[in-house]
Amino acid sequence: MFTIDKYILAENLEQAYELNQNRRNVIIGGMLWLKMGRKRIGTAIDLSALNLNTITEDEQSFKIGCMCTLRDIELNEGIKNYFGTLLNKAIENIVGVQMRNIATIGGSIYSRFGFSDILTVLLSLDTYVELYKGGIIPLEKYADMPLDNDILVNIIIKKDGRKASYSSHRLSATDFPVLTCAVSNKGRQWFVVHGARPMKAKLTKIEMSENPETEEIIAMVAKLSDDTPFGTNIRGRMEYRRILAEVLAKRNIEEILNGGSHAN
Amino acid sequence: MQIKLFINGREYSGDIAPDMLLIDFLRANGYLSVKRGCETSNCGLCTVILENKPVLSCSTLALRANGLHVTTIEGIQEEAADFGGFLADEGAEQCGFCSPRFIMSVISMTRELKNPTEDEIKKYLEGNLCRCTGYMGQLRAIKKYLDIKSKKECSHEVC
Repeated sequence: MFTIDKYILAENLEQAYELNQNRRNVIIGGMLWLKMGRKRIGTAIDLSALNLNTITEDEQSFKIGCMCTLRDIELNEGIKNYFGTLLNKAIENIVGVQMRNIATIGGSIYSRFGFSDILTVLLSLDTYVELYKGGIIPLEKYADMPLDNDILVNIIIKKDGRKASYSSHRLSATDFPVLTCAVSNKGRQWFVVHGARPMKAKLTKIEMSENPETEEIIAMVAKLSDDTPFGTNIRGRMEYRRILAEVLAKRNIEEILNGGSHAN
Repeated sequence: MQIKLFINGREYSGDIAPDMLLIDFLRANGYLSVKRGCETSNCGLCTVILENKPVLSCSTLALRANGLHVTTIEGIQEEAADFGGFLADEGAEQCGFCSPRFIMSVISMTRELKNPTEDEIKKYLEGNLCRCTGYMGQLRAIKKYLDIKSKKECSHEVC
């Protein structure tokens, strides 16, 4: 069980940042994962009062505050209108409504969990993170950075018109995924993400024709599966994940070719 | 640290440890319907309604509820008894340990979704684990409850 010596409801980001430079202090997002650990937290820094639980949309992008819950994203009309069922497919299997009313997008993305559905789907889109000190950087780059003491303030998803599709495989509903997969496409550029490998989600960019023939798709997903590292854990062996990776990627590509869950 | 919050409309205040979880604050104040089941934020047994949203009280810091309104099943006895009757009629209750939170979740669902389909009901209630049953009795009870509830509302609104 974790412990907290002191709790502070931050009054501004500078205060939160300063506090977060002490390695015993932690910014608490949804706190779901933290709660299950044994960390002895000096000061728990809460960003709840900084109005970071809003989703704003303009012509170019969506800006999602780090304290938005997964349920906020699931229910947001603008996101549903633009992305169709894409994001919901990646969110709806995460435990249940009560949990998704607590889990924050900032906590999920900052932690870059190896089982993350949401990291997988966001990597397939033109997504950026806005850090308090580090500025705006692509999620792809952020995903590979070590956990640091900066603050993830917003997540920005650009509306670049790409089509995308998401799927995951679970042994039972609401369990952690055995494998997650998101694919998106813009012109000849294809973006394939495999997550829950059981390592952190990995994005691979590939050139392929806009309307590939079945043989081309099969060859592509087989090569991807060979080139992507997979591992073994209680939910599945490396060999099983490699097979699943091909199947899920192929299904996602086919869904995109048939319109996709997010077709513009 | 000082906390003041409202449980079922009644004000409570106190001096609590910073890492006290909402479930422990509620139970310490006598709301024993709120229980721990899994310790991994998966079973939903500790569900309470925090400012109109169902949340896991086992995974929420009590201090995060400071100044807010919490509802437990003790605060919605009439609605709970109403739906509880349908559960009993369908033989959906066995040990009954998880019933308070199941009823809380169904009531939250009826407040959030209008005329949900079976798929929507299942989707909304995922994450509410019951070790005794196969969920079929609960599903029958929910459908009958929603059916009668919607007929009652209809008769008030002249559908």
